[in-house]
Amino acid sequence: MAAVAQMSVSGGRAERFETNPAASEPLPVKWLIITISLVFFGAFLLLPLIAVFIEALRKGWQAYWAALVEPDVVASMRLTLLAAAVSVPLNLVFGITAAWAIAKHDFRGKQILVTLIDLPFSVSPVVAGLVYVLVFGAQGWLGPWLSAHEIKIVFAVPGIILATIFVTVPFIARELIPLMQAQGREEEEAALVLGATGWQTFLRVTLPNVKWGLLYGVILCNARAMGEFGAVSVVSGHIRGQTNTMPLQVEILYNEYNFAAAFAVASLLALLALVTLVIKTTIEWRTGRKARAVGAP
Amino acid sequence: MLGRRRPRVLPGFGLSIGFTLFYLSLIVLVPLSAVFIKSAELSLSQFWHVVTTPRVLASYRLSFGASLLAAAINVVFGLLLAWSLVRYNFPGKRFIDALIDLPFALPTAVAGIALTAIYARNGMVGQYLEPYGIKVAYTPLGVLVALIFIGVPFVVRTVQPMLEDLDLEFEEAAASLGASRWQTIRRVMFPILAPALLTGFALAFARAVGEYGSVIFIAGNMPMVSEITPLIIITKLEQYDYVGATAVAAVMLIVSFALLLVINALQAWTSRATRSAR
Repeated sequence: MAAVAQMSVSGGRAERFETNPAASEPLPVKWLIITISLVFFGAFLLLPLIAVFIEALRKGWQAYWAALVEPDVVASMRLTLLAAAVSVPLNLVFGITAAWAIAKHDFRGKQILVTLIDLPFSVSPVVAGLVYVLVFGAQGWLGPWLSAHEIKIVFAVPGIILATIFVTVPFIARELIPLMQAQGREEEEAALVLGATGWQTFLRVTLPNVKWGLLYGVILCNARAMGEFGAVSVVSGHIRGQTNTMPLQVEILYNEYNFAAAFAVASLLALLALVTLVIKTTIEWRTGRKARAVGAP
Repeated sequence: MLGRRRPRVLPGFGLSIGFTLFYLSLIVLVPLSAVFIKSAELSLSQFWHVVTTPRVLASYRLSFGASLLAAAINVVFGLLLAWSLVRYNFPGKRFIDALIDLPFALPTAVAGIALTAIYARNGMVGQYLEPYGIKVAYTPLGVLVALIFIGVPFVVRTVQPMLEDLDLEFEEAAASLGASRWQTIRRVMFPILAPALLTGFALAFARAVGEYGSVIFIAGNMPMVSEITPLIIITKLEQYDYVGATAVAAVMLIVSFALLLVINALQAWTSRATRSAR
């Protein structure tokens, strides 16, 4: 039942292999494998992270700070926060609702629905942006109607928010569905038999049981929402101070050869990534959850 | 599934399934269908012509070729990384384990400019490659580097749980029957890990094919040489060639759907293999 109970933190568990002669390699082989792994890790993962901060501070703290308080940059921060503040709660509601329907009920076509929910992960971000241009763009399905009513969606803020929602749809649902399935229905059924209403059961039984999974999904969803580039780039229109999110601002500054400023903004996003990883890892340690490939198709 | 349907006791099914389908259709399904409906404005031969011009074909070769190569490289090093993280203790292990997901958490644009800075001619790594005539940034090699970066977690995070769950009995039995360690790894463990490795490969490949943000900065984006397929879509859009952009997008979507089916099958295979390896 409580699938959460299995403790499987990777740290420290290697003893059972290392002390077993049948399951360990000769010392030189062991250190060769570790060295190759570390070099690969260092070259491909650690170095880019370090490079962001080195490049950001190349011209000193003063230039760093000046780049961050520049009005267009501040506007991009505001837009990034807005996109996340709209898309994460909407996908949270969607995730909880979908998980309730899928994990707590039986119906035909459930597996198809689960696959459809994962669809945005296998679609290229560029295609994700394109679809909204096809629907809301000037030549799109709703284009004539929208322009007649002077509503701008594509190349404006609503388009950015929609594209962000699209790419982050699966995150919370995908965390909650397996978790709620593993927990079964007995506790909810008991609550109902004891006279609780449906809402009471949901709020007092179901939600507390999945709170860590919920937080996990929200953290990942937020990281992607704030960092999305491709999809947002297609629908943005790149209007300075208006339709640029932080990742788009990074691109603009970089393409203007204003490297220090580009990396300064990038360093904030890198900090966000680090905070995300710290919270994610903490939840994994607390709950014994295994790290899985995030955002996998 | 097998006859005995549970009576529906928990409330809220109608509301929750209704909202789920409504939201999913509104945000994902209807917009995605626009790609195919818009593509249908072209006749089949026109469609074929648009998606097979030399420049587009060159982009497929680069996108698919570099993605395959990057996924293959990730399988090798991802396996070694997962092996180190599960089987050995060494300083900094937890830190490395946590940072494996950096390519997900770090916005792709940030990764793109960071990799470019590192591998440019005067960059941290680029300056040491330059004397040997190796150019990474602004060449197809740069595309490969970005796609390796983006794919690392998929292989590690698929192989790692499998390695953790692998019952020691298999290795002990092989050793007691006189197999050398290398024989055990090659003949006993590798076949058990194969489904996970293949799944990791497919996930890394699927992600790499559609990747945009981390690639465009380092690629140089020269038509016919270092232009990836997602960039073709953007370029066509910027030239107001909506139909052309959509046709190429339809090709990418079909590939994505095919990959999704393959991945689902591989994942089912992996979870069966995991259960029998416990």
